[in-house]
Amino acid sequence: MRTYEVMFISAPSVAEDDLNKLTSNLATVIQERGGTVTKTENMGRRKLAYKIDKYDEGIYTLIYLEGTGREIAEVERRLRVTDFVIRHITVRTDEDLKRAEKMKAKRKTAPAGAPALNDVDDDDDDNDDMD
Amino acid sequence: MARNFDSEGSERGGKFGRAPRGGSRRRRVSRLSAEKIDYIDYKDVKLLQSYIAENGKILPRRLTGVSAWQQRKLTEAIKRARNIALLPYTRY
Repeated sequence: MRTYEVMFISAPSVAEDDLNKLTSNLATVIQERGGTVTKTENMGRRKLAYKIDKYDEGIYTLIYLEGTGREIAEVERRLRVTDFVIRHITVRTDEDLKRAEKMKAKRKTAPAGAPALNDVDDDDDDNDDMD
Repeated sequence: MARNFDSEGSERGGKFGRAPRGGSRRRRVSRLSAEKIDYIDYKDVKLLQSYIAENGKILPRRLTGVSAWQQRKLTEAIKRARNIALLPYTRY
């Protein structure tokens, strides 16, 4: 099974009802094609890094789904034809997540005794870029 | 973020010798390795932000010290983030 993330931006002027309708429609489409929606996340209103179609901000929605890949085409088509959706992106995540999982497991079995190639040398400086 | 980097004091950087231009010296160890980040998410704006310059450009790994693999993944993530307007393509 593959996992995907579909993120889309709606125009800030969209009615909440319309947005809810769209997300539930998408969920139906996905289920009809044998996929499952793992999670739908409403990320809310966010300022866009640059203007899109004269909008300064947008409402971000993120759908995590699992499926074969066949549902994506229809989901994307619907996003394209929906007027208030100003941008969307689909990312396949299973391969990268699996790899990340593997790396984590590997680290656990090979303990800290053998430091990685670029390990930390926390000796000095000002630029620590960590929160 | 400080914008003056030099390669002095780094085992690997010396070869590409840039004349030190003053300012802060940058430790060439990436946060990605230090914090054991295996999956570089395009949604993690805060993380990605530390790998782009003020003007929005992706920083070369010569300056950030990430591995080649990490740089590839970062590039991918940054480009995705740009597309979905989480990060700017350009900024002045």
